[in-house]
Amino acid sequence: MSEPAIVGRDVTKVYRRFTHRNQFRTLKSALLTGSVLSDLRPEETFTALDGVSFEVGRGSTFAVIGENGSGKSTLLKLVAGITKPTRGALSVAGRVSALIELGAGFHPEISGRENVVINGVMLGLTRREVDRRFDEIVDFAELREFIDAPVKTYSSGMYMRLGFAVAIHVDPDVLLIDEVLAVGDEAFTRKCLDKIAEFRRRGKTILFVTHSLGLVEKMCDDVLWLRHGKAALRGDPKRVVDAYLTHVAAGEDAQLASRAAAAVAAAAGGPPPEAVLGEAPAGTGYRSGRWGSREIEIRAVRLLDGRGRGRHVFVPGETVTLALSVHAPRPVDDFVFGVGLFAADGTSIYGTNTDIEGFSPRRLEGDAEVRLTLDGLSLVEGTYLVDVAAHRKDGTPYDYLRGLHSFRVKSRTPDVGLYRPAHRWSFAGGAEIEAPPPRGELELGDDSA
Amino acid sequence: MIAALRALVRYRALVQSLVSRELKARYRGSVLGFLWSFVNPLLLLLTYTLVFTVILPNRQPDIQPFFLFLFCGILPWTWFQASLAESSGVIIAGGNLIKKVLFPAEVLPAVTVLANLVHFLLALPILVAFLALQGRLSWTALLLPLPILVQLVLSLGLALFLSALTVHFRDIQSILTHVLHLWFFATPVIYSYAAIGEGTLLRRALRLNPMTHVIVTYQQMLFHGHVDHWRGLFLAFLVGVVAFAAGAFLFDRLRDTLPEEV
Repeated sequence: MSEPAIVGRDVTKVYRRFTHRNQFRTLKSALLTGSVLSDLRPEETFTALDGVSFEVGRGSTFAVIGENGSGKSTLLKLVAGITKPTRGALSVAGRVSALIELGAGFHPEISGRENVVINGVMLGLTRREVDRRFDEIVDFAELREFIDAPVKTYSSGMYMRLGFAVAIHVDPDVLLIDEVLAVGDEAFTRKCLDKIAEFRRRGKTILFVTHSLGLVEKMCDDVLWLRHGKAALRGDPKRVVDAYLTHVAAGEDAQLASRAAAAVAAAAGGPPPEAVLGEAPAGTGYRSGRWGSREIEIRAVRLLDGRGRGRHVFVPGETVTLALSVHAPRPVDDFVFGVGLFAADGTSIYGTNTDIEGFSPRRLEGDAEVRLTLDGLSLVEGTYLVDVAAHRKDGTPYDYLRGLHSFRVKSRTPDVGLYRPAHRWSFAGGAEIEAPPPRGELELGDDSA
Repeated sequence: MIAALRALVRYRALVQSLVSRELKARYRGSVLGFLWSFVNPLLLLLTYTLVFTVILPNRQPDIQPFFLFLFCGILPWTWFQASLAESSGVIIAGGNLIKKVLFPAEVLPAVTVLANLVHFLLALPILVAFLALQGRLSWTALLLPLPILVQLVLSLGLALFLSALTVHFRDIQSILTHVLHLWFFATPVIYSYAAIGEGTLLRRALRLNPMTHVIVTYQQMLFHGHVDHWRGLFLAFLVGVVAFAAGAFLFDRLRDTLPEEV
């Protein structure tokens, strides 16, 4: 990497939290201090970026990833020069164009043509430069026949396309992109990506903020992962993206765990057993809840991975064990344990119980554990709900927990549906097709702290 | 102040585009379109003429025909008043630009003042035509660029000041309407400055108002055809320069806070 195009040293940005208190109490203080933060207490401020240092090499493509609110957009605005860092230093070499909000500054009442000129000038071109690039811009936006209509008559897609076209034709040395590629239709998105690829080939520096991790792995040389305004990890795209995904999965895991606990607690005060004896509430579709006589009580439900650790996020193909801790205060001899799997919309995926499969109950008393192990989870990415139940052979419920537990499947393959059978492709004859690089699923549960 | 001037010069292409956009957009979609720039002052004139010839007739001999005298003061006043009223909200209205695009914010109040200047200049020929019809047009009208320049500097200064401060104190927008109303009556537009006795308290108070000197100069150049208010105009110019320096200073002080507050 030659000399860097963007250098950030210990960049910190502190915002004022919204308060009804005016920032400057008097005109005099406005004139004298001219600073937002000088007389604010710590609880009135919000640190969006906290001592982030990074370098973007000239001609490299640099991505910033992170959850919502992690400071990505703030970083982009700082690089664009729209706001200044509260502390630290930031330097950018060359002309910057920021695709932060496309078509910001378009005036709805005047024509696309006039808006292109004004927007171009706004973004730093001279009149002559705009004139020279005008046809190219209009062709890129595919708006030749509408260019003389007022912008207010444009569809939002047309508006964005024109905005993107102007911004990209400013021909910057450093291009900043904030999640704007979700513009327009498939074809236009491809065109934008092609244009960005052309930028890369011409040795321009690109900094972009995105949630599209696939794009990051495909296009970027370097990735910065921001977490609560701090740099969590920086480096090779694949490594950073994997670490990020693992972190996100761990977060979801914790969230699902606490949600399940809350759901069980909430359902504990649910409908009285006799009101719902027999089947689940009929005709109301899938609705979570808990009912039953509690002659057998399901005290805990845990989801375990292949190594017996409790988790809520899994990858396809993993071994998952559903462990029920049950308790019968008095001896029971008529009992069946059942498990059901549902998609998030309530579609039943699979259901079975010990009776269907021919197990004969003998006796249950005190504490016991029941486990169902699924060898090789054959589901695509998504959230799944779990029903667990203990009931009589005739269906009278002892304890029925409907949809109170859930887990998530995360996958690097965006296949669709619910069920992923073990499968492989093969090609013969005239078909010439290149296999993708081997792409394993995420390694979950190792460092998800 | 020098830096502020330099910025405006540097961004002149942008200012120019935005002023022309402002003018084009203003009447877009209306039936009369650009003609409104001419019709507006005529209607305004009609209203005041009605008031001061029918309802409250003004019979002071040195300012007859009164509607013409009125016209000479009301056109530049409209420029002044519209510039300030609009510029106070202009940064808030342009929030999207300031927050999402690297955009020199001082351009916005400048565009407001300049767009209103263009409206003023477009209406001027109508006034000149009326003066010519009444046979009152004199060579002194050629000196108009001087009071226009003074008023421009003063308006720019106040516009910079107001636009930045309103972002933090939004009350200004509400107060400003009334201040401008009062200011209008405190400026000799609908009455004659000369008629107010030398040495009176009112006269001394009026002298403190820079717009008094600007408007009196317009009236002398256009209506009376002789100019002797140079000292007043020069004082107004000095006030304008101070206002511009103060406005530019405040704007610069608050510049970094603007994207976060709008």
